[in-house]
Amino acid sequence: MLDILQRLGHKALSRLAAIGRAGQLLLQSLVAAPQPLTMLPLVLKQIYFVGVLSLVIIVVSGGFIGMVLGLQGYTILVDYGSEQAVGQMVALSLVRELAPVVAALLFAGRAGSALTAEIGLMKATEQLASLEMIGVDPLRRIIAPRLWAGFICMPILAIIFAVVGIWGGSLVAVDWLGIYEGSFWANMQQSVDFYDDVVNGIIKAVCFGIVVTWIAVFEGYDCIPTSEGISQATTRTVVYSSLAVLGLDFILTALMFGEL
Amino acid sequence: MKPEHDSIIDIRGLSFFRGDRAIFDDVNISIPRGKVTAIMGPSGTGKTTLLKLIGGQLRPERGQILLEGTDIPKLGRRELFEARERMGMLFQSGALFTDMTVFENVAFPLRVHTALPDDMIRDVVLMKLQAVGLRGARDLMPSELSGGMARRVALARAIALDPDIVMYDEPFTGQDPIAMGVLVNLIRRLNQALGHTSIIVSHDIKETLGIADYIYLLSDGRVIAQGSPEELADIDSEQVRQFMQGLPDGPVPFHFKAPDYHQDLLQEH
Repeated sequence: MLDILQRLGHKALSRLAAIGRAGQLLLQSLVAAPQPLTMLPLVLKQIYFVGVLSLVIIVVSGGFIGMVLGLQGYTILVDYGSEQAVGQMVALSLVRELAPVVAALLFAGRAGSALTAEIGLMKATEQLASLEMIGVDPLRRIIAPRLWAGFICMPILAIIFAVVGIWGGSLVAVDWLGIYEGSFWANMQQSVDFYDDVVNGIIKAVCFGIVVTWIAVFEGYDCIPTSEGISQATTRTVVYSSLAVLGLDFILTALMFGEL
Repeated sequence: MKPEHDSIIDIRGLSFFRGDRAIFDDVNISIPRGKVTAIMGPSGTGKTTLLKLIGGQLRPERGQILLEGTDIPKLGRRELFEARERMGMLFQSGALFTDMTVFENVAFPLRVHTALPDDMIRDVVLMKLQAVGLRGARDLMPSELSGGMARRVALARAIALDPDIVMYDEPFTGQDPIAMGVLVNLIRRLNQALGHTSIIVSHDIKETLGIADYIYLLSDGRVIAQGSPEELADIDSEQVRQFMQGLPDGPVPFHFKAPDYHQDLLQEH
């Protein structure tokens, strides 16, 4: 019994210590005297790796999810004779929930895991240590540009996801199932509010971007520098960031739409 | 037993623990300026840890590490990075940046720490690469290099800023005989030509004895012997002999200078 308690306590303490280290990493890499001139090219390079290379998976998934939404919405709404409302349904579910959440999950799988593995390998091959010995802070040179790139890319990816999704929905509902185009778009325009829906969706995406990138970068930086350690860290990145995104989504939704 | 020459690094009363295990226990080492000092000992005696302590990547529990009088563990983050600009370190794996060419790897310290114009950086990089014999490999990526070449590029990078101290972490491990010979010569030649202080951490006895001016032998967190290679050969201590003979250094037996085997066995204490 005492043994179990001891182990529980030990686990809790090491978790807490990890959270502390993660906070320290965020603080030291972002707050400490930014140098925009050296930073900018590094951030741009990372935006390419983290954002541009994630475009394919985001666009394809967004398109398909929008199409599925259009189809499912139509089959349900047609029973009530209100199939014109498909546009509204597709747009609201995408903008409010699916675009930020699914884009964040895909982002964690595509970019987050890559970030963790890359930084972990840099650690294992002593590249981080040798940066330190050259007199360059790896937190500023390696970590900070990746954090900024993730923060910037994730909301943009979510917006692209939503746009492509709505287009996919219209493809199915209007072009295939033959809903009148005018009512599809008019319904959407009427029901989607810029501040309540679009801005809230973007706020969600910003939060998810910060959380996913932070987890990914920290897991890589904090991993045990062996092949096994890196694989575990990569798994942890995907698991933790997925859970964090879903949990955080509930909290944010409750805060944003709870009073309705 | 302190060496008489003036020292660039003075380690006093150093203690360092991993968990409950003492890696170093009250260790005193002084590194003479401009010489090649070797830190030797069996694997797992914290030789690499010692380099990390000197570089400020780890902090000791007790003791001082004085770089010309400044205590490295007490430095703040910024001062520590400034102190590191005076040190070059050759990592065991080379630790080249895999996303840059050989040229960019060597140019990296110059680009971040100096405001030199590009053509001057080019000249310096080519000079450093020439010194390690790899001027022709400047456009290769690290993945295209052999292990020995990668270590030579890393050496060129370590000396790019003309540091006062160059630290070598197991420079000979895993090298073929040719690459090994090249490295041994390079370390010696560079030390003489550039006048910096070299610290070599190694358990390759033969190669290290060939180039070291002064040797510290570590075991169980303590300095068990120190002196010039000749002095070390004369030390009559069970521990020192055991280290010299018990080392798994490949199938070829290496015989550290020792009295005749038979005589030694028959000798009475």
